[in-house]
Amino acid sequence: MHIVDRRLNPGGKSLENRQRFLRRAKALVQGAVKKTSQDRDIKDVLEGGEVTIPLDGMDEPRFRREGGTRDMVLPGNKKFVEGDILQRPNQGGGRGTGPGEGDSEDAFRFVLSRDEFVNLFLDDLELPDLAKRKLAEAESEGLHRAGYTTSGSPANISVSRTVKLALARRVALRRPRPAQIAELEAEAAEADEPRRSELLAQIRALKAKAKRIPFIDPIDIRYRRFETVPKPVAQAVMFCLMDVSGSMSEHMKDLAKRFYMLLYVFLKRRYRHVEIVFIRHTDRAEEVDEDTFFHGPASGGTLVSSALQAMHEIVRTRFRPADWNIYAAQASDGDNMTSDSLLTGRLLTEQILPVTQFFAYLEVGEAANYTFDMPDSSLWTLYERLRSEGAPLAMRKVSERSEIFPVFQDLFKRRGKQERATP
Amino acid sequence: MTMTGERLFEGADWDFRTLQRVHDACEQIAKSELGLDVYPNQIEVITSEQMLDAYSSVGMPLFYKHWSFGKHFAFQEASYRKGYMGLAYEIVINSSPCISYLMEENTATMQTLVIAHAAFGHNHFFKNNYLFRQWTDADGILDYLEFAKGYIAHCEDRYGRHAVELTLDAAHALMSHGIDRYPGKKKLDLRTEEKRAGDRRAHEESAFNDLWRTVPAGPAKTRAALTAERRRTLLGLPQENILYFLEKTAPRLQPWQREVLRIVRHIAQYFYPQSQTKVMNEGTATHVHYRILNRLHQQGRISDGNFLEFLQSHTNVVFQPDFDDPRFSGFNPYALGFAMMQDIERIVTEPEDEDREWFPDIAGKGDVMGVLRDVWANYRDESFIGQFLSPRLMRRLRLFHLHDDPAETAGIRVDAIHDERGYRRVRRELARQYDVGFIDPNIEVIDVDLEGDRRLMLRHTVVKGSQLVETDTRRVLQHLADLWSYDVVLTEVDTTDKVLKEYVVSPRILPAVA
Repeated sequence: MHIVDRRLNPGGKSLENRQRFLRRAKALVQGAVKKTSQDRDIKDVLEGGEVTIPLDGMDEPRFRREGGTRDMVLPGNKKFVEGDILQRPNQGGGRGTGPGEGDSEDAFRFVLSRDEFVNLFLDDLELPDLAKRKLAEAESEGLHRAGYTTSGSPANISVSRTVKLALARRVALRRPRPAQIAELEAEAAEADEPRRSELLAQIRALKAKAKRIPFIDPIDIRYRRFETVPKPVAQAVMFCLMDVSGSMSEHMKDLAKRFYMLLYVFLKRRYRHVEIVFIRHTDRAEEVDEDTFFHGPASGGTLVSSALQAMHEIVRTRFRPADWNIYAAQASDGDNMTSDSLLTGRLLTEQILPVTQFFAYLEVGEAANYTFDMPDSSLWTLYERLRSEGAPLAMRKVSERSEIFPVFQDLFKRRGKQERATP
Repeated sequence: MTMTGERLFEGADWDFRTLQRVHDACEQIAKSELGLDVYPNQIEVITSEQMLDAYSSVGMPLFYKHWSFGKHFAFQEASYRKGYMGLAYEIVINSSPCISYLMEENTATMQTLVIAHAAFGHNHFFKNNYLFRQWTDADGILDYLEFAKGYIAHCEDRYGRHAVELTLDAAHALMSHGIDRYPGKKKLDLRTEEKRAGDRRAHEESAFNDLWRTVPAGPAKTRAALTAERRRTLLGLPQENILYFLEKTAPRLQPWQREVLRIVRHIAQYFYPQSQTKVMNEGTATHVHYRILNRLHQQGRISDGNFLEFLQSHTNVVFQPDFDDPRFSGFNPYALGFAMMQDIERIVTEPEDEDREWFPDIAGKGDVMGVLRDVWANYRDESFIGQFLSPRLMRRLRLFHLHDDPAETAGIRVDAIHDERGYRRVRRELARQYDVGFIDPNIEVIDVDLEGDRRLMLRHTVVKGSQLVETDTRRVLQHLADLWSYDVVLTEVDTTDKVLKEYVVSPRILPAVA
């Protein structure tokens, strides 16, 4: 008898079958994922979880029969005698299916892992193809080991390789070893005259040879070679700008938060390293931590330019546009001092937009959804004008929690070359 | 009570030495006292995730890749995580050596139970039952699966994953009709099968010459010479093994597609005996583990506490809810099988007059294991129940027979119960429930219109008015038509040859098949 411990075998034997299944059901699963994520709390959007898909196209048909005369033998008779007639049970209350018989149900539910869920959710989205796209692919140079070279800076000498080559050369040229000479010398000290001079001559010859063949020759020396390779910028910074003046309600902040989180998940998938900078503003702006950003109390007027100015400062000091992909999302209820419009417009078009990959403006409204009956807010009007003048801005209005996902999907939907994210 | 051994283990913990001791103790009892004849055992300890993996590839340790297994895995994983479904304690594979998977979560008592159950009970049944001996090749199955997996992966590389998937989908839909139900051909030898598959491919490759395609065929035979009768004989019709028929005669299949059909057919055939012997197989294994564990307890090799733990699991396993119990979902094969084995033991050792009348051959014969071994070797569920279900057991289970005729408006009639007038009828009906001839619809290929549009004709013989479900049937026929490449007609006829329904399905245009 053999006992085999299989527990340490690599797991995930079914992984490939599972991927094949997901690929086959992709359209269906994707639909289900979007539907599920709409009713979900944003924190859980990363969590994966259960989805239900219709079985259409995923069925495994077999020849099955139904109807006709049925005969069955059952256990547990309590009172029947031969010839009794039993009332038929109501139609529809038929026999339930066992837990294994997923095939016979018309919907199919199963659990997706977190990665599968996020991938499916973001699958048909891509970063908008803006004018500064070149920068998105901007590559910085990195060094990469690439073998050895015969020339280079002394700091890059590869000792082990050099010694190895020297040894090979010494062996090939038969350089006498010190031990060999010492041995002959010892023998010479003991030997008789004719033999001794013979030995001494031999020792001299060996010593001369050892001198001619250096221990390490310049031709042995090897340097570590480095190649410069282009490295895609793998880091991004995301600026969250939010108006926290008194007119922003909790509901509006919640909407903004949802949008920020989606953007974060999305960027996180694309870039290895994503930093977030929170800038809140009333009539003056400050960089804060996340908790203060969403929950800290603040009051005052509204000057959007202050936030843009703060962002510009931070970019200038901490995030060199050549090294960072810069994304910004601004959320506001749309109020702004009329006198601030000019400055805001100038900051945006001259300082902010040239360095950012993407700038999205999200105008959040109350749940009662009256935003659409109201005249456009001052900020919306301003941005609308800038956009019509050619500034690459994306803008959307949101007033319900359930609209966040569609708006996000819409902003980043994969598009044709010409089309752009337009409101 | 005889005290012959040390305790095998204390408490619930076990290690590999414990398993070895348990196996040796079970083996000693199984061989010397029960006279079992088993394949060599291989015990593999696995995690719950690996158990789920095994579930989704029909319990086999290796299998080819297909999306449907992923679907089952996803479904089972979901139900397992939500607690709708527990996992089996073990899976046992009919191979030589006989592989039993044990879950790592099991306690020492459970491992003992499982080793006795699977490594000796099932193992003996696999090696000795006539159906398994006739239809399966325990020595070759693992090698064959290895070959199948490799071959299908190779086809995917060569002909594209999509084309292979289409063929497998179609083959799976017809899997239950890819079985030879009657012996006659020689026993399946999977090693030779694998070798022949390799030879076929090599020959095709060496003999392939594209030029031959343009050579015109010889003068056609006169049509009148080929009578319908002769044509059917040449094609081996009627044929109920649809996959076999397609593999041999479908006009436009590629050689690799034929090989894929063959693989699916062989695997279906390998599992065929299992579906016919569920009650017996589980009954045998349960009876064996019950005897071995009792004996171990008698010998003092497992403690009273552990024995109670065993009894509790055993009782759960053989629990049979009544028909009106919400937990009822048909007969529990463990319960029915075990009850019948115990009943046979009683008849052999302490028969009553009734038993002597019903079972003159075995009543009071004394040699329990001799009788049981003979039963295990020579019956399947249908014949086993038809022969050995005793009146006493029918009374104990309080069996009754319902006859539900939709034409009868008054309701369902109780046709027979567990009384003198009903014993034989109840027993006959219960045996019929396990008759494969009634479980699968009887569908045959009856003819091919060779001179016309090459349509393939099938017939479903309707029994007791039970017709095919339309949506599923259309889907299966679609797969069948895709393989056949021409129209397929299925007629449903009742026993008086009256046509009840006719399906006609045309093949989809498939680049892969064309």
